[in-house]
Amino acid sequence: MRFLMPGGRRVAAVADAHFDVAAGECLALIGESGCGKSVLASALLGLLPANAQTAGEARLGGIDLLSAGERTLARRVRGRLIGLIPQSPAAHLTPVRTIRSQLEETVAELTGVRGQAARRAAAEAVADRAAFPLDHLDRYPHQLSGGLAQRAATALALVGDTPLLLADEPTTGLDRDLVDRTVDELRRHIDRPDAANSGGRALLMITHDLAAAERIADRIAVMYAGRIVELADATAFFGSPGPRHPYSRGLLQALPDRAFTPIPGLPPELGDLPDGCAFAARCDRASDTCAALPPMTEDVACHHPLAGHGPEHPRPAAPAPEDIRA
Amino acid sequence: MLELRAITAGYDRHAPVVRNASLTLAPGEAVGLLGPSGCGKSTLARVAALLHRPDSGTLLLDGVPVRHWRHRAPRELRTAFGVVFQQPRLSADPRLRLTDLIAEPLRATGRRAEIPQRVAELATTVGLTPDLLGRQPHEVSDGQLQRACLARALVLRPRWLVCDEMTAMLDASTTAALVAVVEEYRATTGAGLLTVGHDRTLLHRWCDRTVPWEAVCGEEPVPAGS
Repeated sequence: MRFLMPGGRRVAAVADAHFDVAAGECLALIGESGCGKSVLASALLGLLPANAQTAGEARLGGIDLLSAGERTLARRVRGRLIGLIPQSPAAHLTPVRTIRSQLEETVAELTGVRGQAARRAAAEAVADRAAFPLDHLDRYPHQLSGGLAQRAATALALVGDTPLLLADEPTTGLDRDLVDRTVDELRRHIDRPDAANSGGRALLMITHDLAAAERIADRIAVMYAGRIVELADATAFFGSPGPRHPYSRGLLQALPDRAFTPIPGLPPELGDLPDGCAFAARCDRASDTCAALPPMTEDVACHHPLAGHGPEHPRPAAPAPEDIRA
Repeated sequence: MLELRAITAGYDRHAPVVRNASLTLAPGEAVGLLGPSGCGKSTLARVAALLHRPDSGTLLLDGVPVRHWRHRAPRELRTAFGVVFQQPRLSADPRLRLTDLIAEPLRATGRRAEIPQRVAELATTVGLTPDLLGRQPHEVSDGQLQRACLARALVLRPRWLVCDEMTAMLDASTTAALVAVVEEYRATTGAGLLTVGHDRTLLHRWCDRTVPWEAVCGEEPVPAGS
């Protein structure tokens, strides 16, 4: 996925991303801000700006999302195949209409329920599924707290009974208890699919909140500078044997309940990526081989993946003894 | 010494957000104030940073009560405080380049001569490259912008730092990096810190002591917006 910039410059926002999400499964896409996570989400919904170029394919329900036209996307994909749970619900909801009116409109548009009473009942049913209190349905978005606005947005995403839910940073700025609640509710929607959707649904959650990812995800995809550098099982990633890419290891070691040590330096500019491994400049294991782009082998894109040893709680900040410093 | 005594503050005299709150910070101490969203902790942080006039109560700075409040306290007192807010996008002027953003407090206090040296020094401290310094806020990420906002808070060498949910929008690595910058500054200057947040793990790791909101407020707080 590339952006053509003024002056003929090209910015590769996402490159060679391969992953899959199955029904009933949650894949968390994690990485630092500005690494290309949200661009990937926009691409799946066909919401990229006009200067974007895409290559490759993204298959969902027999449709290639990347090559599909606007007509297909509008009539068959958005809301019907993919439900979007946005980053800031307060900005996503229409400020001048009540939650009930927005839900009823979505119900009418997506499900073909006819008649005012039936629409009203369907809207209340979906609000109930998202644990949105029914006595708040007649409120406007600015009258809701952050947590309730998040549930209202989730209710809107659930209306279409989509096989894929796409959550873009659903927990940013919420406090810890609210994060846990939001995440548990998302998990409930994929674990207990509603009768209409017997196959179960999949959840792709884009986040930089590692604690939230640990709580919800079955699998983890780590993104760095527009590339997926590691795909791992969530239990192995957060527990033992731990992440294998030095970047993933660094991210985990930055958590306050682990070493609390930042990764040195800043992520590279997407418009000015090095030819080789993009992480080499910040990696304490970098060597001459890192001048070449590492291929994805055994689900990790690194020339010198770490052997698994469980990152038990506060590990010393010093690198492990087997490290070869360049 | 920074003492808040029986502070009541808010945006409507009839419905104060903070009631009867008291908190003392010793010089060089790092205190973490823990509370859920909407409890009024950000308002109290604004009062502590002399940015919001309390409805009642006293604020003592090294034993001297702060007087002559208008909306805020007098500027010569406020320059002893560096403040970092939660949302870098809202606390940075979108028209300023990062270098001007960091230099703004020096300009405002008539110390232009120090700008080149001080900005360069701080850019290195917070990890901003010269290329980033020349950009405007919309051209950088949240993490990079918050680094600039932290540099702006440190530029006048404040004796107190007030961080209101400084890391809530940031990823783990940037969080750890910014906390390290604050701690390094405190280690070299002996500045005190009041940091406000809801992340128990982070504040326990970061601060000398953490105070739950209930211990600060004498009365049952009134949640904002309900």
